[in-house]
Amino acid sequence: MNASRTSLIGRSVERKEDYRFITGAGQYTDDISLPQQSYACFVRSPHAHARIRAIETAAAHAAPGVLAIFTGKDFAAIGGLPCGWLITSMDGTPMKEPKHPVIAEDVVRHVGDQVAIVIADSLAEAKAAAALIEVDYDVLPAVVDTATAARNATAIHSVAPDNICYTWAIGDAAAVDAAFAKAAHVTRLSFINNRLIPNAIEPRAANALYARGDDSYTLYVTSQNPHVERLLMTAFVLGLPEHKVRVVAPDVGGGFGSKIYLYAEECALVWASKRVGRPIKWTAERSESFLTDAHGRDHVTTAELALDKDGKFLALRVDTTANMGAYLSTFASCIPTILYATLLAGQYATPQIYCRVQAVFTNTAPVDAYRGAGRPEATYVLERIVELAARELKIDPVELRRRNFIRTFPYATPVALTYDTGDYEATLKRVLEIADVKGFSARKAASAAKGLLRGIGYSCYIEACGIAPSNIAGALGARAGLYEAGEVRVHPTGKVTVFTGSHSHGQGHETTFAQVVAQMLGIGLDDVDIQHGDTAKVLFGVGTYGSRSLAVGGSAIVKAVDKVIAKGKKIAAHLLEAGDSDIEFVNGEFRVVGTDRKKAFAEVAFAAYVPHNYPLDKLEPGLNENAFYDPTNFTFPAGSYVCEAEVDPSTGVVRIDRFAACDDFGNVVNPMIVEGQVHGGLAQGIGQALREGCAYNSDGQLVTGSFTDYAMPRADDLPQFVVETARGTPCTHNPLGVKGCGEAVAIGSPPAVINAIVDALAGLGVRDVAMPATPYRVWQTIQAAKR
Amino acid sequence: MSTVSYHRPASVAEAARLLAGNHDARLLAGGQSMLPSVRLGLLAPTAFIDLAGIPELQRIRADAKAISIGAMATHAAVAESREVQAQIPALAQVASGIGDRQVRNRGTIGGSLANSDPASDYPAAALGLGATIHTNSRALAADEFFKGLFETALKPGEIISAVSLPVPDRAAYVKFLQPASRFALVGVFVAQFGKTVRVAVTGAGACAFRVKALEDALAKNFAPQSCDGVVVAATRLNSDIHGSAEYRAHLIPVLTRRAVLQALG
Amino acid sequence: MSEPIRLKVNGKATVVNVPPDTLLSTFLREHLRLTGTHIGCDTASCGACTVLLNGRAIKSCNMIIAQTQGLEVTTIEGITPADGSLHPMQAAFKTCHGLQCGFCTPGMIMSALDLVSHGAHATDSEIREGLEGNLCRCTGYQNIVKAVALGAKAMGR
Repeated sequence: MNASRTSLIGRSVERKEDYRFITGAGQYTDDISLPQQSYACFVRSPHAHARIRAIETAAAHAAPGVLAIFTGKDFAAIGGLPCGWLITSMDGTPMKEPKHPVIAEDVVRHVGDQVAIVIADSLAEAKAAAALIEVDYDVLPAVVDTATAARNATAIHSVAPDNICYTWAIGDAAAVDAAFAKAAHVTRLSFINNRLIPNAIEPRAANALYARGDDSYTLYVTSQNPHVERLLMTAFVLGLPEHKVRVVAPDVGGGFGSKIYLYAEECALVWASKRVGRPIKWTAERSESFLTDAHGRDHVTTAELALDKDGKFLALRVDTTANMGAYLSTFASCIPTILYATLLAGQYATPQIYCRVQAVFTNTAPVDAYRGAGRPEATYVLERIVELAARELKIDPVELRRRNFIRTFPYATPVALTYDTGDYEATLKRVLEIADVKGFSARKAASAAKGLLRGIGYSCYIEACGIAPSNIAGALGARAGLYEAGEVRVHPTGKVTVFTGSHSHGQGHETTFAQVVAQMLGIGLDDVDIQHGDTAKVLFGVGTYGSRSLAVGGSAIVKAVDKVIAKGKKIAAHLLEAGDSDIEFVNGEFRVVGTDRKKAFAEVAFAAYVPHNYPLDKLEPGLNENAFYDPTNFTFPAGSYVCEAEVDPSTGVVRIDRFAACDDFGNVVNPMIVEGQVHGGLAQGIGQALREGCAYNSDGQLVTGSFTDYAMPRADDLPQFVVETARGTPCTHNPLGVKGCGEAVAIGSPPAVINAIVDALAGLGVRDVAMPATPYRVWQTIQAAKR
Repeated sequence: MSTVSYHRPASVAEAARLLAGNHDARLLAGGQSMLPSVRLGLLAPTAFIDLAGIPELQRIRADAKAISIGAMATHAAVAESREVQAQIPALAQVASGIGDRQVRNRGTIGGSLANSDPASDYPAAALGLGATIHTNSRALAADEFFKGLFETALKPGEIISAVSLPVPDRAAYVKFLQPASRFALVGVFVAQFGKTVRVAVTGAGACAFRVKALEDALAKNFAPQSCDGVVVAATRLNSDIHGSAEYRAHLIPVLTRRAVLQALG
Repeated sequence: MSEPIRLKVNGKATVVNVPPDTLLSTFLREHLRLTGTHIGCDTASCGACTVLLNGRAIKSCNMIIAQTQGLEVTTIEGITPADGSLHPMQAAFKTCHGLQCGFCTPGMIMSALDLVSHGAHATDSEIREGLEGNLCRCTGYQNIVKAVALGAKAMGR
């Protein structure tokens, strides 16, 4: 699009959606109460792995207010929750797909697995009755540890007797072996990418209503993608006609991936709503969220980097075991494969890369995408091993990165991606300035004078997002399309309502998308509203994740606006008695080229709906266009980060003193919103590096099951960030030239933090620090180094 | 429908009468620790006896030797009290660091002491200052008050009315946060009274306790370096995912040193 | 049995007709339908339910309704002018992009009001410490800190 005439594109306009949120007028799922509302409470397994011998519900049935109780038996005829991505193992066999029942049938496979649903007049009554249900369990041994799950004698699913879901690989193993054979240096590192719990502050919730009058269902649900939710639920689980189910994702309080998936609870509610004949609401208690929201990360990896004598990368070999949890969540299988291994080139021209991934089942909550999804794990592999290689070779880590940067585009990596554009030197150069790297040694000395160890760490990341070209995704196993849909409805007065298949749960689509449309149509920002999150309003949608909303959803809207303008030109040509090709659309006016004859956008809209003087023989009335946009490639945001950390060796406390980020997101529509995404990504990235670590004990009990044990970053845990968005290299293949910014920073930041800590402790002989680098763990690392 | 009853006595005597008549009743001070337990189903009292309607329990009074704080004084009230700030600034500092803003606006010193949470701050201050805990029936020295995990010397039916805290020459509290709950992983309260030094630790054991080795070293020389080389045994200290007993044991002299430095500051 | 519980909610006298151990947050959300007060956890850790009680921030999920006898509760709805304008602290959150998904925002704003009225907020780090009782997963807090500083200034604090 033409950015030169723009005033709204690239402007930090305040958000249109804010008024309702800051006044408490937002409508989140739990805020919605329906006439005749009833409430559900789930009975959940206290055991990680057990056979259900019997369930005694008589006392609960007799409890006051109880409307219905359903157990696995009632759901036996219903499909399991499907997985949306088929991964094929190295031996050509498809991944193992055990049934993921809505309510456990005879075996529970993780603490929190659903055993029964109790529906009552009030939530208190539902809970009280749930407490009366007695489940007789035959407790089985639990498989918990990622690294050893495949060797565990206990099988979680009969279809996967060795607990292996798949063993998948990418790259040329022989070429990688050959490169290692002639390497001057090989750097090796084994580590864990710590398991995280997403913890959007709004817990998951659902409210399902059955209308007997037209045999239809309405589901209000905390979802990032209501159409996909409906498709999966109707076609694969409940066998309902898709057009008879309306799914509404109203205001959603953060997702970070965890609200992409089709969960058991909402399926159970929809199914039960017809049987109970009343709307049923369920809102997760935070304790339930900890146990049942899909978790993120959880990789065990060994990586090896081969370098020549000049520090040029020759090859990278990576072996990863990824934890799927007890069942395959909606996109679980593609995270440690398609979204992980394909990112292992990073910003570097490594000629050969081979990665093998073994995915295992364990008796833990399902693991799926969490902000970044696979890409943070890949970036961590790469940026840690590059840093370690620099240290071993005594080459400045910045210099080593520079020597290996990809500098010509397009660039085809050895792991299936083709980067369209980028300028890694530019973001690196800039971040070194804004981080004041020159002043580091003076600051290090000042820290040392206080008995503190200061270190500096770098990370240069790339992300593949704007997910995704449907044909490529399909070839890689996706069972869904990954385009996006948009509709631009021009009203007779020239006001505009836009319907998008993207969903905003904090990203600010109602503002950013409106900026794009208002700019293109030359109308005011207040003349455009963005509607999202309702299958009854929006024609279709694939949803918001994978930093795809503006790059894919925005592009669909641009296409639809283009169609509106094209039709408007025809209407204007008629009104102005000119040829179609003589009309131009500039600043909200249709003009006859080279004359002062013109029609305002609103006049043309009015003519379209009151077609008295209108080419009805050639053109339909009305001005309403929709479009589907399927990207031709991924987008590739990239950037460079510098972290400075101070370690107190007597306590292990790490304080991040400075964090500087420079990102290339291509074109930027609203810099304020983009900067907010950077801040949030940094908080989650630093959270992973320093604080957050999901822990199960050997019985499969979740040790970090509340905010009092799972350390969420709070305001005073974080520094002031110095962030800058580079002028950037616009994406070459979407109309806005945008790349996406939602996940980037959570992807790039963790290794910068750990690299800084390792740098600080290098003098003690420390080579690696595991995430999360809590005070206790850092202290242990220091003690171990001393021994 | 809930059958829990609620009572709001106007005097301690009335509260005691209500409590005596119902063994499953619970005193409600600020409720900041108790209500989460009720919510999670760990506690199911049949009656709440709210002490908020007894004005004298909220009083803070000071003289040259001690400060007396009513059991229902909130952490915010203690932190903001001019008398406390002037006489025992370390106590104001303890109060201002408990929980968070919202907790400090509701939580009370009496509730905190009676709960004896192994990681709460006030027990360290009370023990470190050698406080006297006054109840409706007697006065208890802090040294004999904290008995174990969530366990005190309080008898059934006994109600804390006030705590009297002697004014030290110097004192300081250093708290090392458990990263998630932000309770004390280890907290050390140091107070000097003439030639006597008291070092009280919270977070590390079943309840707040004193560390004689550090007290002796500091009594000889109240200086940071006196803590160096003092080894605290890890035996019987708490161990969890946030820190082993050894880590906690290691932190005690490190934090004591910092507290001494701060007290001298 | 004890006398009925009377309190003021957003300036309006209210007589309570729910069990005395009903959580204040439940009373506000389910009985008064003031749904701007949100519930983000079950351990009184997240601060999303923060409201003002006699001008002081408290977690409404951590009080039973009986404890509000004779007191005054102010929720996010109560500080919102009826004419469609904004309280200066609300306006500051908008200006500074101090919110994303908006779920923690009402609680954050109520905490901020207590902070700027009763707490130290002269520096960024004081504001950060002052907001320790409120979790936000979206913003990384940086713009919240900025908003609270701006809001305090606009309120003359």
